[in-house]
Amino acid sequence: EVLCCANYPLYIRSVPTQGELKFHYTVHTSLDVVEEKISGVGKALADQRELYLGLLYPTEDYKVYGYMTNSKVKFVIVVDSSNTSLRDNEIRSMFRKLHNSFTDVMCNPFYNPGDPIQSKAFDSIVSTMMVQAF
Amino acid sequence: MSPAQWDLPPELCCRPVAFVALTGLDVVYNAIHRAIWDAFCANRRADRVPISFKVLPGDNEYPKCRTKRTSYEWYIPKGILKTGWMNKHLNLVPALVVLFYELDWDDPQWKEKQSECATKVEIVRTSLQGRNTKVAVVLIQKKTPLPPGEDLVASERASALCGACDLSGKSLFVLPHTDHLVGYIIRSDFLFLNKHQFKMGFFSELKQDTQNALKYYRTAYSLVHELRAHETNMLEIKTMAGFINYKICRLCFQHNTPLDAIAQFRKHIDLCKKKIGSAELAFEHTAWMSKQFQSFGDLFDEAIKLGLTAIQTQNPGFYYQQAAYYAQERKQQVGQLCSHEPGVGYPAPDPLETTSGALDFYGQRPWRQGHQSIDPPDSEKEKQGILALQVKERDIPHSELIIALLSNAVAQFKKYKCPRMKSHLMVQMGEEYYHAKDYTKALKLLDYVMCDYRTERWWSLLTSILCTALKCSYLMGQVKDYITYSMELVGRASILPEEQKSRIEKNLIKVLMNEVPEPEPDCDPLSVKTAQSLWSDRISLAGSNEFTIEVQDYVPFVQCKAKFLSPSFHIDEPVQLHVYVRADCPHPVRFSKLCVSLSNQEYNQYCLLEDASKGKDILEPSTQENMCLVPGKTRKYCFKFVAKTEDVGKKIEITSVGLMLGRETARYVYLNWRGGWGDAASSHETLQACRSFKKRTRFPEQQVDWDTVTIQSSTMIISRVPKISVQLTHEPPALTNEMYCMIVTIQSGEDTVAKDIKLTAGLKPGQDANLTQSTQITLNGTEVCDDSHPALLPDIPLGDLHPGQKPLYIHCVSTGSRILLFHVAYSVSATVEGKDITCKCHKDETVTLETVVPYEVAMKFVSSKFEHLERVYVDIPFLLMMDILSASPWPIELVNSEVQLASSMNAIDQPQSQVEGVTLQTSECASECFLLKCPPVQNGTTFAGDHANIVIIVVIILAVNRHLPSYVLELPSFGRVRESLPVRYHLENRTGLVQDVEITVEPSDAFMFSGLKQVRMRILPGAEQEMLYNFYPLMAGYQVLPQLNINLLRFPNISNQLLRRFLPSRIFVKPQGRNGDTSIEAA
Repeated sequence: EVLCCANYPLYIRSVPTQGELKFHYTVHTSLDVVEEKISGVGKALADQRELYLGLLYPTEDYKVYGYMTNSKVKFVIVVDSSNTSLRDNEIRSMFRKLHNSFTDVMCNPFYNPGDPIQSKAFDSIVSTMMVQAF
Repeated sequence: MSPAQWDLPPELCCRPVAFVALTGLDVVYNAIHRAIWDAFCANRRADRVPISFKVLPGDNEYPKCRTKRTSYEWYIPKGILKTGWMNKHLNLVPALVVLFYELDWDDPQWKEKQSECATKVEIVRTSLQGRNTKVAVVLIQKKTPLPPGEDLVASERASALCGACDLSGKSLFVLPHTDHLVGYIIRSDFLFLNKHQFKMGFFSELKQDTQNALKYYRTAYSLVHELRAHETNMLEIKTMAGFINYKICRLCFQHNTPLDAIAQFRKHIDLCKKKIGSAELAFEHTAWMSKQFQSFGDLFDEAIKLGLTAIQTQNPGFYYQQAAYYAQERKQQVGQLCSHEPGVGYPAPDPLETTSGALDFYGQRPWRQGHQSIDPPDSEKEKQGILALQVKERDIPHSELIIALLSNAVAQFKKYKCPRMKSHLMVQMGEEYYHAKDYTKALKLLDYVMCDYRTERWWSLLTSILCTALKCSYLMGQVKDYITYSMELVGRASILPEEQKSRIEKNLIKVLMNEVPEPEPDCDPLSVKTAQSLWSDRISLAGSNEFTIEVQDYVPFVQCKAKFLSPSFHIDEPVQLHVYVRADCPHPVRFSKLCVSLSNQEYNQYCLLEDASKGKDILEPSTQENMCLVPGKTRKYCFKFVAKTEDVGKKIEITSVGLMLGRETARYVYLNWRGGWGDAASSHETLQACRSFKKRTRFPEQQVDWDTVTIQSSTMIISRVPKISVQLTHEPPALTNEMYCMIVTIQSGEDTVAKDIKLTAGLKPGQDANLTQSTQITLNGTEVCDDSHPALLPDIPLGDLHPGQKPLYIHCVSTGSRILLFHVAYSVSATVEGKDITCKCHKDETVTLETVVPYEVAMKFVSSKFEHLERVYVDIPFLLMMDILSASPWPIELVNSEVQLASSMNAIDQPQSQVEGVTLQTSECASECFLLKCPPVQNGTTFAGDHANIVIIVVIILAVNRHLPSYVLELPSFGRVRESLPVRYHLENRTGLVQDVEITVEPSDAFMFSGLKQVRMRILPGAEQEMLYNFYPLMAGYQVLPQLNINLLRFPNISNQLLRRFLPSRIFVKPQGRNGDTSIEAA
């Protein structure tokens, strides 16, 4: 499951679609940890901060990973805890891909920053990522 | 099995301490014994080893000890841990029995007492029946013992007693009943403890050897999991694993290694997660899981209370949350597994009934205790047992359990800065309350968190919460809440599918018609019935059918923007106000009233749109259509009103816009937009809209793009534009002190008479304060202003306007530029929108006036020889020179000039103005000269001169020397070459002292002279001395006279130079005339 948001969702998608609401809650609550992590970093270090925030918090069934761009747009990936094929490195590269694709979306002169993302290119990137991962 | 079957037994949760039994003490009747007992129990501080004490009678029945097996070869275990076991070792079987006995060493009946004591020991021994429990004897003595070794009787008798009682010497204590009771008892505590010997690792903890205990527990834990697990003993294994896990985690926290505890717990959960056991009793597994998480959460929380620090991502809240999650799952499984046919009752012979009323072993089935084979012994019995368990499970208040766990978690997350997690859990709590049919609490919780999701713009989550909240409000018949939630669910913040929205909207309309709405889907049918009757009660209920909803807290389906067309309106034009309304519900909606309230409520009546059909006559048939909001279309309503004249200069604000849905005859709701626009979502939308690069689509006439409507929620009422002109005629610059004339010409361009014209003229307020003091305004130009005239002349009434002029005089005392204000106010009647109003108009005109100095006057004092004078001398005449330099751009005519002399000075002749009538052009200069003299005595002089009509005050301080003699020289005005020139010097002593004077005459090339060349003399005060010389000029022209030097011997400081100032130094010598040749001939 993937989402990008600036505290409100810009893009959210999950497979399977049933139980979607639960994922939404999971992502929403994970923002607590993101905020705490960001505020924990000192002002001076904020520039050198790594975008990848790592595992946000453990739940019984899912692993929640976070990533925040310099423009404070957050990406959250939630994966099943039983999915052991995804290691930290894979998650990292997934985020990087997402970020790149997101940058492309932002470069679109017809996209109004802050509006929900409705981009086919972004959609397909997310889809391929989901197919690979799950 | 009790509902609390999943709770950990209390003896497991407490911290195990050794149990020591005290016998032979009569604490009720014997004061000494009581004191001993209190000393043992009462003041147990932390420094003393934890031991639990109990007083027991000597022949107390201890649990019987079974005969120990010598080998495990043919041993078939019935279970793992018996239920009574822990309690037995904590509270029933003592580790040590202490026998108290009153006996002094020198007791007269020693023998009898010794045998009695031995008997008592024997009784205790028998009652313990071979348990590995130590026995100790304490002799309570009344006398203080002698130091060891000195009391031979004592040591002899002690060994005798030990022999009689079969005790080792170490187990015999003497407790003298003295003041040091507590001290002795503390010592004996340790001794008792050191004698504990337990055979099993489990008891290490009783000995406070927690490290060892942990080791034993860990081994035990791995052994438990090595046991062959099958369906029949799964529960037992899990129960044991849970116990041991609890012990391990507890000890880890106690050892301050929380990470070990967490790791152990994770391992435990991972190992046990899949061990569900019987599918029919799956709820047992989830209940057990829930309990595992809950107890770990409790342990964690307890550790935090003892000083452990937790972090946001690792705090007890997560465990409570997970516990709640399993509890929810359990509830779901109960719903699936325990929904028996109504006929199925609790099985008749209770399979859960056991003979003893309790279980022998932890985690075993009551109907087959001790059974260890894989297959159940009796399948019928097994079925009955499972059914019994299921029926029991059905009665458990699951929601209560879940809510308790959730509220635990909420409390934790609040502590660890997880607001969103907290909200999420509160939503879950709300939903659980909803399931538990406690709708009031559910609604309260949901309503509380709703705004968080709304401000965070998580519409998907908000929608789901709103749906639950709507159900609650429906089931409780809460009209206002029902309306509020429906409005939001129908609106743009909701992500419900269109048909849902449409259903809700239809219901909403029903409610507004005062009808019973359709029930919400998936509601408990029983509750729906109650709700329906509640709703029908509401219908019959009169009143309380009016609701106001403050829109800024919600995202309703109607949006509104109200704006003034302009930031300011003139009083003589109508104020225009537009209200844009848009609905985003699936069906068109009709409203019955639209009203705007303004800061001045008198205008509200003009900004009102009401359903005409309700009124008596239908004025406009179009109104009907007008009041229907079509989804997605923006409607514009225009209002106009004429502002009141009192409101000129005031601000009119839109305080709110109200939209009435429903009918006054049935039920209606007011949507109230404070400030005229905006709900909980619109500020963000506005921001996005203004950022948007989207090309504005052209809308057909009469339609507006919602996003382009900007807000103008206040307007200023300003006065009417004056149709008059104010002209100022004057010729700058003004001169200082001039009565400067400015002519104000007011010309009216009004259609009607301009009445009550008032002119305010003068210095514009707010300038330098010095200017206010140095500027005077008057209407009367004939006299010079003084300080009594103001700097600003307010409200000069001019009456009704007859075009005319008004001269005005300004008197500027200082130079520099100043701004003058001319304010003309008048009133005029005008007609706006068929209304006559009297408008007050005013026009301001300002002018910057430069003030310059008209002329400069320079004065100097010179001697009669036109030499510059530093000081003047008494009685010696001097000249006052006055230069008047014109600086004015205009020619100035000097009317008169006058020297006003101070009394210390006299004019030698009548001082008349010498510049009277002179006209000076720019930078021309006029001079005049007055001959003055200072009479003696005075030493200060003030000059005052008056020129033209301008007053200049000049103050000159002159120092006058009073004590010097004065000299007078009588000298002809000219001489002639080779003609004798008699010169007489008068020396007069005007001082009160006798003056010694030395006079020398220096020779000159141009003269020969006769007379005293050097002389010394004395002049008496007031006396005069004459010196006569005969000069004989040799050359023609201006010649230097022989210089007369005067030395005042008494005043050597008086310079010769100073005295010489008064003496002429030159004379003009005429050449000899032609006819004068006779003298040459004669010579």
